[in-house]
Amino acid sequence: MPELVRVRADMPPGHVRTPAYLRGKCGVIERTLGPFRNPEQLAYGVKAQALPLHRVRFTMAEVWGADAETPTDTIEAEIYAHWLEPA
Amino acid sequence: MPHDHHEHLSPSGHPFRADDDGHLTYWQAMEIAVRELLIEKGVTTAAEIMGQIDAMDARHPSHGAKVVARIWTDPDFRAAMQADASEATREMGYDIGPMKLIAVENTAALHNIVVCTLCSCYPRNLLGLPPDWYKSRAYRSRTVREPRRVLAEFGVNLPAGVEVRVHDSTADMRYIVIPSRPTGTAGWSADALAALVTRDSMIGTGLPKSPEGG
Repeated sequence: MPELVRVRADMPPGHVRTPAYLRGKCGVIERTLGPFRNPEQLAYGVKAQALPLHRVRFTMAEVWGADAETPTDTIEAEIYAHWLEPA
Repeated sequence: MPHDHHEHLSPSGHPFRADDDGHLTYWQAMEIAVRELLIEKGVTTAAEIMGQIDAMDARHPSHGAKVVARIWTDPDFRAAMQADASEATREMGYDIGPMKLIAVENTAALHNIVVCTLCSCYPRNLLGLPPDWYKSRAYRSRTVREPRRVLAEFGVNLPAGVEVRVHDSTADMRYIVIPSRPTGTAGWSADALAALVTRDSMIGTGLPKSPEGG
């Protein structure tokens, strides 16, 4: 059973590598990579925590709702662990 | 200054690109200063910097094409690419540096396409520099929003039964699409097959050439 997750809906300032269009959206973890150091800390030269990086698969229907071009098409993106919460 | 209205157009009718002879920006000046300091202090040499630029310029989509053709012809290599594409590519002899690569395979039911919505992440260490359009705001924003229209503009019209999967290269990994092997190529050598693999087919915006040529 694939793990269902939700991307945090936050909009913090600074260097963030979680695309805004995926925030608040639910998907399933396709595979887990890393650990990689947190770019939000690396970008500012401070000590960066090593985090798992999850490839999350979203449906177009979930991301774009009724405006989806083809609802069953999919988007995959790499999301750092601290941006994900249980859905 | 003569007021010749053809002055701004080349003989082919395109506007001349403006000369890049303005003042250096802050960061351009900073780059030159840091580079010269690194050379003066013996941290690196001008020859090393030139060598790295030459190495970057030598990378070419034909490298990726050879990887794709080997996947089509060597089941063990295909399995190695699925397990760890960076390591398999290195073992094939490509110096891809620290790049972390994932190979995503097209099938009869799935078409993959790669974009980086945040900037312009691209598997440069294998394929060389990305095409200009890959970095454009239009490609980056539209590919996640309406990939089938984008594909159609590239001449790729997929049947409704084929799932389109967009890979947004948001963080540490880089992606290469492994297109489906063209039909009518049974018995072809890897070298002959590699000649069918286009750059765009490894980004996902194209398909390999057909064996009849085209």
